[in-house]
Amino acid sequence: MSAELKGFLLVAVLKILVVFTAINVGVMMVIWLERRASAWMQDRLGPNRVGPEGVLQSVADGLKNILKEETFPVVGADRLLFFLAPAMSFVPALLTFSVVPFAAPLPGFDVTLPLLGRFTYTGPISMVVADLPIGFLFIMAISSLGVYGIVLAGWSSGNKYALLGGIRSSAQMVSYEIALGLSLVAVLLVAGNVTLSDVVAMQQRSVWFVFALTVGFVLFVVAAFAETNRLPFDLPEAEAELITGYHTEYSSMKFSMFFIAEYSAMMTMSALMATLFFGGWDIPFTPWDEQGPPSVGRTLATLGVFFVKMNVFVFTYIWIRWTVPRFRFDQLMQLGWKIMIPVALAYIVVVATTVYTLEALGWEVGPTYGLVLFGVNAVLLGALLFGLDHERLILGARQRARMAA
Amino acid sequence: MSGKRTLEFELATTGVDTRGRPVRVPLGVAGAATAEDDEVDVSGHHMLLNLGPQHPATHGVLRLVVELDGEVVVRAIPHVGYLHSGFEKLGEYRHYNQIIPLTDRTDYLSPMSNNVGLALAVEKLMGIEITDRCRVLRVIACEMSRIISHLVWMGTMAIDIGAFTPFLWTFYERERIYNFQEAWTGARLTTSLTRVGGMMADVPDGFVEGLREWCRNFPKTLDEVDRVLSRNGIWCARTQGVGALTAEEAVNYSLSGPMLRASGVPYDVRKDRPYLGYETYDFDVPVGEHGDVYDRYLVRFEELRQSTRILEHALGRLPDGPINVDDPRVILPPKSAAMSDMEAMIFHFKQVMEGVKAPVGEAYFPIENGKGELGYYLVSDGTAKPVRWRIRPPSFINLAALPKMAEGNLLSDLIAINASVDIVMGEVDR
Repeated sequence: MSAELKGFLLVAVLKILVVFTAINVGVMMVIWLERRASAWMQDRLGPNRVGPEGVLQSVADGLKNILKEETFPVVGADRLLFFLAPAMSFVPALLTFSVVPFAAPLPGFDVTLPLLGRFTYTGPISMVVADLPIGFLFIMAISSLGVYGIVLAGWSSGNKYALLGGIRSSAQMVSYEIALGLSLVAVLLVAGNVTLSDVVAMQQRSVWFVFALTVGFVLFVVAAFAETNRLPFDLPEAEAELITGYHTEYSSMKFSMFFIAEYSAMMTMSALMATLFFGGWDIPFTPWDEQGPPSVGRTLATLGVFFVKMNVFVFTYIWIRWTVPRFRFDQLMQLGWKIMIPVALAYIVVVATTVYTLEALGWEVGPTYGLVLFGVNAVLLGALLFGLDHERLILGARQRARMAA
Repeated sequence: MSGKRTLEFELATTGVDTRGRPVRVPLGVAGAATAEDDEVDVSGHHMLLNLGPQHPATHGVLRLVVELDGEVVVRAIPHVGYLHSGFEKLGEYRHYNQIIPLTDRTDYLSPMSNNVGLALAVEKLMGIEITDRCRVLRVIACEMSRIISHLVWMGTMAIDIGAFTPFLWTFYERERIYNFQEAWTGARLTTSLTRVGGMMADVPDGFVEGLREWCRNFPKTLDEVDRVLSRNGIWCARTQGVGALTAEEAVNYSLSGPMLRASGVPYDVRKDRPYLGYETYDFDVPVGEHGDVYDRYLVRFEELRQSTRILEHALGRLPDGPINVDDPRVILPPKSAAMSDMEAMIFHFKQVMEGVKAPVGEAYFPIENGKGELGYYLVSDGTAKPVRWRIRPPSFINLAALPKMAEGNLLSDLIAINASVDIVMGEVDR
């Protein structure tokens, strides 16, 4: 085995181990954060007994769930699918993170270890498990597999509440996937590439896409909330209506799998928001992080920045969940099909026209280019918010007036 | 074992339609068949869903058998009786003062006003005029009860629509009122506050100041909930135009309380048949106009503010004096007198052994409880126990309108509507 191959394998295995361990530990921490943050918002303490400030609460819960009895529904259940469904939602949720670049590249190395021999890795080591050329298309493809787990869980449980949850989630996730995909077309138009590393590089050269593509960002955030089944879009679970929806019949570790899948999907979506619209691991206002040869210090600094950005969105998820009520199913569909998708389509046309015009004028991609796009977006966003306000687009007061008439 | 294990459940019972033809009626709705029998779904196209008695959103042990077409509710039939305790029958074997603990347990979310209602009914039966201090204290008790009842309603309604956080804010305030209840009566839930002709105890030291302080702080919590919910787009979309009842329908269903007022009928027992001197208090009766879930929310919200106003007023005018009427026939003599004075001991003995006798007759006394018009009807044959004791339970009667409101709405709306009725199963099933 050549030194290059050994070096490559070493790097690949280490990256996989580190990233997936980080996600699984991260899920535990996010669950703890959710419980503590919700407690903070609700004037109570939350879990604070297991470990310092209760950080090990999720470990205790995990242990409990492993030791709990596994139950299978008997009446009308499909045992095989019932068994497979948690895994089907668990695996895609973990897979998607593999294409997200989380730090500036590390320098290559050339070391000789006793017994194992020489390992070399030439060139910078990109800090992403798999820097696939298909980039966020991969994420779209894999995350849409997650819906199978939920639908099959609902179907195979032989429970009407689970079935309703499964039906709701299939309709919801399929609809919002379209909006999610369309909101990313704008990113593709400006970045000219779907590889996430290139998207990050593009944002370093111009401005963060949250400025260049503000409306796209808003659409993406809303669709991402719906994709991850978080409030106000948690209809598949809808505790008050459907007990717990699709996982009503699940117990022990199989229930935990759904739980972990939900939180890791949430983390991946947060990472995507940071990467696609907030410059990924880019440190703002300084070119230090993207120029010159790679170094360990720079990797650590950018990793820290990425971590902070991602967690801002994780916290936003939690914050919104404990603040707003839940949509009704028809309202959800209305929002998806009558607002999100038309707005996204129109937005693609506007962005394409702007980009084409700018390129026809011979403008280089850079800060000014981004600011022009920001101007266009500010106008669009204003119009959109004006339309959404006063129930011009969503039913509410108008529905009420019709009832009265 | 090959294949799946399956169990067959019979989900339909056989019935006969108006023309004598056999039909299969979904289980739980048998007997509900009417002239629209031809539309009864026998093809299995509709799904029958059993909500409750164990369900997060049925507020206790209400069971709703729902016939669903997709997610649209075709029919919703409430089944009650899972918490039946036979209070009314039990009351026939108890002295009047012994009935008071039973009233704690009917509408257990507002025990003190139930106590007050029963005491008022017995006093009407016996023709007893209570003291001024007792009257004001009972107003305070009633308004405290209304507030905790509405707070529970507000929190659980928010949970049913998906907003969890306001629930804990309102329960925090409710706990504070419970602390006052505990200080006053020694119990948080089973207060048994009143006695015929007076009260079990006067308010403890510091109670008035503490409650006044609470009245100052409580509107802040209300404002917080107001900010989170009242103008929230999702909240409005989920509640406005949902489960609307016109004023005429509301009256025909014999609704009362916030349910009736939300539909635009300004009927409040405190204003229309005043008791405990409510006519002398300064408060407004909020009235809705659309009769939907949102108006019920607004009406109850405003009632919380008005109740706080009444509390402040009552605390300010609380007169000194005895809490019990000076009548050894109905009020136990003090323990010290009973132990030292012969006459007092005889009164004590007779009251404990024979109870307080009421003259032959009947009395019905309605009060405005948090959930609506709570009436107690008593029939006396001259002994210390009622021959018949009946409750007019507001939440039971309000619940009767649920099938009408739910029809044609989505399953999610059914949950919101059910929450807006504000039932408490202890009172519905009695």
